[in-house]
Amino acid sequence: MIKEFINYLSSPLYSFTGVMAFFFFTVKRPDIVGSKKFGLISLVSILVIFGWMLTDPVFFSVISLPDNIPIIILNAVVLWSWWFAIHKGVENDKRIAAGEGPLEGTPENREKVWAWPNLVYTELFAGIACTVFLIVWAIFFKAPLEEPANPTWAPNPAKAPWYFLGLQEMLVYFDPWMAGVVLPGIILVGLILLPFIDTNPKGNGYFTFAERKFAISGFMFGWIVLWIFLIQVGTFLRGPNWTFYGPFEYWDAHKVVAENNINLSEIMWIKLFNTGLPKNIILREIFGILLTGFYLVGIVPIITKKWGHKFLKDMGTIRYYLLIFLILSAASLPIKMYLRWFINLKYIVAMPEFELNL
Amino acid sequence: MSEQSFADKVANTQVWKSIFRHGPPNNARNRAAVVAGNVFLHLHPIKLKKSGVQLGYTWCMGGLTFFVFLALTVTGVLLMFYYRPTAEYAFTDIIGLREHVPLGIMRELHRWGAHLMVITVWIHMFRVFMTGSYKPPREFNWGVGVILLVLTLLLSFTGYLLPWDQLAIWAITVGSNMAKATPFLGHGGPGAALAQIGDFVMVSDKNDVRFQLLGGRFVGEAALLRFYILHCVFIPLVVAVLIAVHFWRVRKDGGISAPL
Repeated sequence: MIKEFINYLSSPLYSFTGVMAFFFFTVKRPDIVGSKKFGLISLVSILVIFGWMLTDPVFFSVISLPDNIPIIILNAVVLWSWWFAIHKGVENDKRIAAGEGPLEGTPENREKVWAWPNLVYTELFAGIACTVFLIVWAIFFKAPLEEPANPTWAPNPAKAPWYFLGLQEMLVYFDPWMAGVVLPGIILVGLILLPFIDTNPKGNGYFTFAERKFAISGFMFGWIVLWIFLIQVGTFLRGPNWTFYGPFEYWDAHKVVAENNINLSEIMWIKLFNTGLPKNIILREIFGILLTGFYLVGIVPIITKKWGHKFLKDMGTIRYYLLIFLILSAASLPIKMYLRWFINLKYIVAMPEFELNL
Repeated sequence: MSEQSFADKVANTQVWKSIFRHGPPNNARNRAAVVAGNVFLHLHPIKLKKSGVQLGYTWCMGGLTFFVFLALTVTGVLLMFYYRPTAEYAFTDIIGLREHVPLGIMRELHRWGAHLMVITVWIHMFRVFMTGSYKPPREFNWGVGVILLVLTLLLSFTGYLLPWDQLAIWAITVGSNMAKATPFLGHGGPGAALAQIGDFVMVSDKNDVRFQLLGGRFVGEAALLRFYILHCVFIPLVVAVLIAVHFWRVRKDGGISAPL
């Protein structure tokens, strides 16, 4: 019963919404999430739940695949570092509010110390610990090796390496040219441009949350919700034919999922106007084109008028519009996900004639 | 002088003095000398702010990434002694590595190390972001770091093909199929159909970006050789150069970040 309920809750709609809700709670109340009590309770409950889940043979068979071990380590480190960074930030925010300045800037911490032994020994011990960790890992888990390469027989599911599974998961909602090329390109360029867009001089060289609320929320949303979480979905919840399977659900290759996704053009012309699709491609897709144009261009003045005018004044034109473009690009993914879940939307603009599907 | 300990005697030999040109690092002068006089240690400043050596601040993730990179270089070179990048031998050489080579955890160390490096590099980026360390004067070095992050992923990705098993070729097939969809440059991407003059197709599966990446229309022997060279020579060289730039700029931009 409980397992079926968890399977049900794990479906992308509920789990993604849940992660988003938790993310917004973190951003709204970092003082709660960053407290030691919250950290301890989460740690214990995660360990208990994870330990209980491990007793399930189906879950265990997925989680114990050798190439899935790194993701468990990743999850442990990501969750810990997420909490720890917020914890340190909140502590510093309290100090700053009390007029004491961040912990990293106390006279004692500004004092200069010798690299030998303070830094060199730390590095030595970290290196030794890392070596031991790797050797133990290597002894207990054999590197995976399947049958020899066979170009004529594709395994099902065929998955990319785990660090790209967020991108592969995006393929559910976007075509490869978006999920595999354009969006990763935007992520890359956006990351490189980040220091030039974020002109907030505060929070340079110490943990904080309150002083960089907007930047930290945006980055965390992209990093935790869109990148790390989608890797989890792609790894643990996608089985044969990239169909969704709950954590306790056997990967039955014959599971049938009704897929009746339709394009925006079909919704508009056939369902709404009760006519056939027009022959002219542009006319057929006119609603999608207009909608996309509105999303990328038309919406910008509205955002600017409502929230952005202060940013625009502070940041300057180029920075501001770059920021808006990056936010809209990032937001396009959750928007597309919810459209798929709620109205079975496949493509907003569907031009298979030019391989241009959006 | 008969009270001299063995360690003192060793430290007084001509050989020892020729290697270490200063006394033990227990006073200011020698502590400066040991860092400045050693080609490896001189990456460090001689003195630095206390906040910069605290694990709670740096998480040691950048340093560990570099350490794992070195470990991967060593284990990778050892693996190259046993591995031939051809469709005929690649898989059996991996079997041999597992079954016949003494201390047979080299491939495990290399594979798990590669995964670990991806993790540490991500967490390093997260820490740098959360401490605002990309802010002036470190904007450029953040950009170098982003490129290093991408190269780390590419290193791991190119290495994924080399065992030449089902896991390898199909993961690379899935990954490289994305290149097919590159706008204008891939034959399955938007815009490729426009690059057509009469019957002459300019972007086809015989010349698009995926073809250049794989050296063919599918993941075959040419792709194996390409990925091998990229993995063992080309990307590591680029990474090594960029790491040098990255470390140099850490020092030149004022060391590990701290409140202004």
